[in-house]
This record gives sequence, C-alpha cells and structure tokens, in this order.
Amino acid sequence: MATELMTSKSYISHHLTNLTFGKLPEGTTRYDGTIVGDGGVWTFAHSSATVNEAATMGFWAINVDTMFWSIALGILFLWLFRKVAVNATSGVPGKMQNFVESIVDFVEDNVNSIFSHKNALIAPLALTIFVWVFLMNLMDLVPVDWIPYIASQMGIPYMKVVPSTDINATLGMALAVFALIIYYSIKMKGVGGFMAELSLQPLGKWLLPFNLFLEIVGLIAKPISLALRLFGNMYAGEMVFILIALLPFWAQWVLSVPWAIFHILIITLQAFIFMVLTIVYLAMAHEEH
Amino acid sequence: MNINLTIIGQIIAFFFFVVFCMKYVWPPITAALEERKKKIAEGLDAADRAERDLLAAKEQAEADMQDSKEQSAAIIEQANKRASQIVDEAKEAATAEAERIKLAAQADIEQEVNRAKETLRTQVAVLAIAGAEKILEASVDEAAHAKLVDKLAAEL
Repeated sequence: MATELMTSKSYISHHLTNLTFGKLPEGTTRYDGTIVGDGGVWTFAHSSATVNEAATMGFWAINVDTMFWSIALGILFLWLFRKVAVNATSGVPGKMQNFVESIVDFVEDNVNSIFSHKNALIAPLALTIFVWVFLMNLMDLVPVDWIPYIASQMGIPYMKVVPSTDINATLGMALAVFALIIYYSIKMKGVGGFMAELSLQPLGKWLLPFNLFLEIVGLIAKPISLALRLFGNMYAGEMVFILIALLPFWAQWVLSVPWAIFHILIITLQAFIFMVLTIVYLAMAHEEH
Repeated sequence: MNINLTIIGQIIAFFFFVVFCMKYVWPPITAALEERKKKIAEGLDAADRAERDLLAAKEQAEADMQDSKEQSAAIIEQANKRASQIVDEAKEAATAEAERIKLAAQADIEQEVNRAKETLRTQVAVLAIAGAEKILEASVDEAAHAKLVDKLAAEL
C-alpha cells in the first residue's frame, strides 16, 4: 500500500514537473546522491522526493518543454493563418479560409464591441492570444501519458506538454499585456494623467496615499489575475486527467471521456476570457476617467 | 512551479507572434473580408438595379405591346376596308363587263337575225318564182314579175 501510494505520488509529481535546463551551483547534492563539482554544472534538473533541483537552479533556468511547445504551437498558428492570408480571396472561400475567417470575424466582433478607440495592434493581439492560448490549452486533450512516454523513450526525463499549466507561460503573457497597459495608459493620458488617475480617485486629493494604494493594487491585480486564472484552470484540469490516468485502464474512460468533453468547454472559455480581459484592460488604459 | 527565465522567453515569443500576426496575418485576411463585404454590397446593389430595370423593361414591353396591338388593329381595319373596296370595284367591273358582253351578244343576235331574214327573203323569192314557174308551167318573164316577187319578199 505504501509503495503504491509512493508510486502514485511520484507519477503525479513526475507529470507535473517541467523539463528545466539550468545551472546547478557548486556543492549541490543531486537527485542520485552525487555532489556537483567545481564551478557548478549546466544540466537538466532531476527531482526526487527529497531533492528539487529545478528550485535550486533559481531564476536563471529555462523550462525547455514549455518553450518548445508554446513556440511550436505559436508557429503552427501563424503558419496556418499565414497560409490562409496569402491565398485569401474575396471570392468564394475554401474550407480552411472559411474556418480562419470565422475566427477572425469572431475576434474582430469582440474587439469592436469592447474597444472603441482606433488601434491597429489590439485586434491582431487579441487574435494571437485567443488562438495561441487555445492551442496551448488544447494540448491538455492529448492523453496525459502519450507524449511523456515517447519523450522518456528518447531519454528525456520530463515532458509537460501543456504550456499553459506552467505559471511562467501564463505570467509571461500577462506581463506582456501589463506592459501594454502601462504603455497605452501613459501614451493616451501622459505621465501626469496616468499618475492623476492612480492617485486622485476614487476619494479625491485629500486621501491621496489611500487612493494610490488602492489603484496600484487594482493595477497589479490585473496581470496576476489574468495569469493565475488561466494557469489555475489548466493546472487543475491537467491534475484531474492525471488522477483519472491512475485508475485501472478499463475504468478510465468512464471519467476521462466526460471530463475531456467538459474540458473542451474550459479550454475554449479560458482562451476567450484571456482575450476579452486583455481587450478590456487595454480599452480601460485608453479611456480618460 | 518555479518562476524562471521561461517567463522572459515567453514574453519574447509572444512579442514576435503578435508582431508577425499584426504584419502578415491580420491585414490580408481582413482586407479579403472587407473586399468581399464590398463585393456583396455591390452585388446586392446590382441586383436591386437589375430588378428595377426589369420592372421598367416590363412596363416598356407592355406599352410596346399595346402600341403594336393598336397598330395591327389599324392595319387590319385598313386592309378590310381596302378589301371591300377591291371587291366593290371588282363587282362593278364585272357588272360593266357583263353589260358589255350582253350588248355585244344582242347586237350579234340582231345581226344574225337580219342576215337570216335576208337569206330567207332571197330564198323565198327564188322558191316563189320556182313555185310559180311550176304552177304556171309557163315561162314567166322574170323581169316582168320581179316587182311582184320583190313585193312578196318584202312582205315576208
């Protein structure tokens, strides 16, 4: 029972560990008990019940699997859409063009209904976010063991295929959106206007420190909530798939099929929410209060 | 679950994807959509115009039809009139011709009758003389009795 519990635990944690490449500092005890020699070593992080090498590597390490899958999916998205864009005809569209156009139309409708200013960046940004996040989330529907198994056969110890279950990926996007919020706030209202917005409301100039505190919390909450909402939903969904995968093989589909169907809704919804909130935040950044 | 360099990598990737999308994906697709929208609007417009044209053409055709009907009615009437005129003329001509033929025939008949009478008269004279000759068994002076015979012939 104890060993079974142990293997379940290691199975789960194995599936939730990124393939991290970084530098282990000198003197670190590795997962297999060896000690890192002079000058440290650049390597992939291995983890065991007692050692967390990825954490030891600190900030200067990179999750190779997250980067690989997110960039691959981003390129897939751009390649697909670019192919359609090159052959785009104003006549009768083919199946692929129809599909792409309906997505573009959908995104454009959303942008137009939320964002009333003129800005050539917003719609392509929204489209990129929607499709890219959707594709990253979609990796969740690939059975949890397939790609990690193939990877382990190729000698790759860890492989987390859903980039949006990595807080780095979602937070990276959210921070990029945050940078755009700051940029457009200052561009549209000037530094003074932006500062005034942060400090002079909602309670007037006599409560300036309070206002500032309130507004800055509100501002910072935007990227954090954006990142954590997507990450949390995807991480939890992935976790449920992993737990279902622990069941005997003949019982798995009873749960995995309904959950997968339900998850189709979630991955689309989360991509949509990320897109809409980005548009809303940027629309707010454009507006004078 | 560790925050690391991936976050920066993700921002850079995101930046490039957005720029690429903005430069090479979004404009051609929306341009195609816009152009199609315009085409459809033009098509609908053309259809409207065609419908209006069709209506006008129908009206025109109806008017033309009415015109030609009137015209043909006039022509038929004229033709009828002309036909009856021709018939009348023919009738008149026929009547005249008949009259003329009748007159000619009458003249012929009269002439024939006269000739017959003349012939008869001469032959009667001869017959009378022959008869008288036979009756009298004597020679009769033709010259002496010519006056008598002529008188007899004239009486016939």
